[in-house]
Amino acid sequence: MVEKLGPCACQPISEDELYLRLEQIIAEYQAKPGALIPVLQMAQGVFGYLPEPVLKKISLGLNKPYSEVAGVVGFYSFFSTHPRGKHMIRVCLGTACYVRGGKRILEVLKQKLGIDVGETTSDRMFSLEVARCFGACGLAPAISIDDEVYQRVKPTKIQEILDQYRQKDSAEPARKDK
Amino acid sequence: MLKITINNQETQVHPGTTILQAARQLGIRIPTLCHTEKYAPVGACRVCLVEVEGTKSLVASCAMPVSNGMKVQTHSRRAREARKMVVELLLSAHDGECQTCDRNNDCELQSLAHEMGIREVTYPGEKGPKKIDQSTPALVRDAGKCILCRRCVAVCNQTQGVGGLFPQHRGFKSMIGPAFTNDLSDVVCVQCGQCAAICPVGAISEKDQIQEVWNALDDSTKHVVVQTAPAIRAALGECFGHPPGTLVTGKMVAALKKLGFAAVFDTNFAADLTILEEGTELLVRLKQALLENKPVALPQFTSCSPGWINYVEHFYPDMLPNISTCKSPQQMFGALAKTYYAKKLNKRPEDIFVVSIMPCTAKKYESQRPEMASSSVRDVDVVLTTRELARMITQAGIDFNSLPDEKMNAPLGLSSGAADIFANTGGVMEAALRTVYEIVTGKPLPFENLHVTPIVGLEGVKEASLKITGTVPDWSFLEGLTVNVAVAHGLGNARTLIERIRSNQGNYHFVEVMTCPGGCIGGGGQPRMTDDTVRLARIEAIYREDEGKSLRKSHENPDLKKLYEEFLGRPLSEKSHHLLHTRYTPKGLL
Repeated sequence: MVEKLGPCACQPISEDELYLRLEQIIAEYQAKPGALIPVLQMAQGVFGYLPEPVLKKISLGLNKPYSEVAGVVGFYSFFSTHPRGKHMIRVCLGTACYVRGGKRILEVLKQKLGIDVGETTSDRMFSLEVARCFGACGLAPAISIDDEVYQRVKPTKIQEILDQYRQKDSAEPARKDK
Repeated sequence: MLKITINNQETQVHPGTTILQAARQLGIRIPTLCHTEKYAPVGACRVCLVEVEGTKSLVASCAMPVSNGMKVQTHSRRAREARKMVVELLLSAHDGECQTCDRNNDCELQSLAHEMGIREVTYPGEKGPKKIDQSTPALVRDAGKCILCRRCVAVCNQTQGVGGLFPQHRGFKSMIGPAFTNDLSDVVCVQCGQCAAICPVGAISEKDQIQEVWNALDDSTKHVVVQTAPAIRAALGECFGHPPGTLVTGKMVAALKKLGFAAVFDTNFAADLTILEEGTELLVRLKQALLENKPVALPQFTSCSPGWINYVEHFYPDMLPNISTCKSPQQMFGALAKTYYAKKLNKRPEDIFVVSIMPCTAKKYESQRPEMASSSVRDVDVVLTTRELARMITQAGIDFNSLPDEKMNAPLGLSSGAADIFANTGGVMEAALRTVYEIVTGKPLPFENLHVTPIVGLEGVKEASLKITGTVPDWSFLEGLTVNVAVAHGLGNARTLIERIRSNQGNYHFVEVMTCPGGCIGGGGQPRMTDDTVRLARIEAIYREDEGKSLRKSHENPDLKKLYEEFLGRPLSEKSHHLLHTRYTPKGLL
């Protein structure tokens, strides 16, 4: 199994090296049935997102029509064709969170960040997505930022939460995507 | 065998039979929409819901296999109302515009809504994503009308192996289309139009060019001529109520004359010409390979089918040298009409306007290719599909069925039976063999009634071998050679054949490929719906047309001999090369 490599800010990795890793992943999965989704997952792990040249390489490498690769990428919200921010904010809009104000939380987040769902702030700090249920229904509404889940979020608390991340990161600059 | 009771009638079916199939065996009709006989069921549309005793929810009968002892009600109140609601929901998202739709009166959704007694839009509201893609010369896709049945996805991926179309996005935003819902012109699409031929609604159609033809006919400075492809005469009648397999050659000619064309010519004439040029090219290649030991690309591939040319350019660019340099009959005709024929009338190429009637959408693309202007202007001006011609005839107020039979005009209207069979899979090969064998041996092709039976029919890849004996002196180096030929129709089958050739199997000398299943008679521009029964009926009609002629071999066409004497000289002459031959360009996949 090819080592799963996340995006790393500590040392810059050349683009050539990223593509070399992609080729290794494709080579390993080429002959296996059902390879498309795992290869896409790993490619997103390597590049941070799935740019067009990467998807075309996967299409050719796995001998899958490009329309099918694109269809799978577009179907799963986990996949992104745009560079993502350093922190991924997911707003739960499962039933419980929805009825307890999840939608309002999402509106406030959109307004504070100045982006829509699926977009990334211009400083590459935050990306915003919608999710369905973290299993925190008793403490709805919930959002998650990276692996941290925030429960019983109130619209008035949102600025405070975002500020924490900005302060924490002010020491280290946001990741630069290739 | 499994026991099943449908609507209180008992029957026995083989394991693997679906409820839909079992019901049909009993003469019970369950409505369907996404279902086709040919492809594995996807259960996308839910129009075929039925009630199965003991299950909580209704099941899609097209996808549900029968289990032993199953009890089904197909037309209970619950089943009928559920199916009606499914269609009401489809209508809710469907950007209908029935009155102005290309498929008005020929739409499966419209028929279903009518059949189910839907007289109002029950759920008005938001429509699905609207996007009209007119990026290619051949096809128009209207996403607003798409009902996401996925028939086009099946034909594009499974039959043609092109993979241009696939479901994109999810839920209410779902669209069928090229990657990321790009335009068709931005992706690999061979423009064969099989998607348009199988679409149940008005979501994919040919680009309608009828108005351009009316404009030309109204332009007194233009001499407007028309050519009709071999496959039209065996299918056009279907648009006027005739059963598949009805030959309407004479009425078709009469209708075209009534429409106002100055001359009605036959693409078949150019098909005979193609045989002379392409057959000679094959013999030259064989001579170079066998006698002169020159490196030469073999097998030679036919080049009549523009979707196939597009396919090789994209998928197998390294095989382009194997493609015959001959233009397709349509383009040969265009080049001749604007030179040879124009000269006879003392007209300039730009004074002649050439309209083609083709069973094909890719022909629209082909006529626009930059290579196709060797008469100094565009060789073919407008291409209409069989369906467009039928509409034009209706628009002109012509009562097609009461027309007398008329004949094509000279000098580009006479053709042999060999040209007729260009319309179906195996036909170009048979026509070529009829001529090449006789050139080489001086004797007729040694098959009963000149039909090369191993390459007749709907099998995906067909082969035949023919030993050459008794050669005339010019071709004595071919004495004793066993000529191997292969035929494929449908690009998925073509891929199978190419992979076979690449792994050095078959040792073929000549290979015929037609883009569409069954050949041109099953083209993307033919009357809908084409299944194998329809294909076989049209093929049978074409062979009947061939056998009804005394002239059955291309090289015996007297008008063709005249063309060579007066104008071209001989096959592969310099003039032929300039007007009738071309080269194609590698395009790659992405």
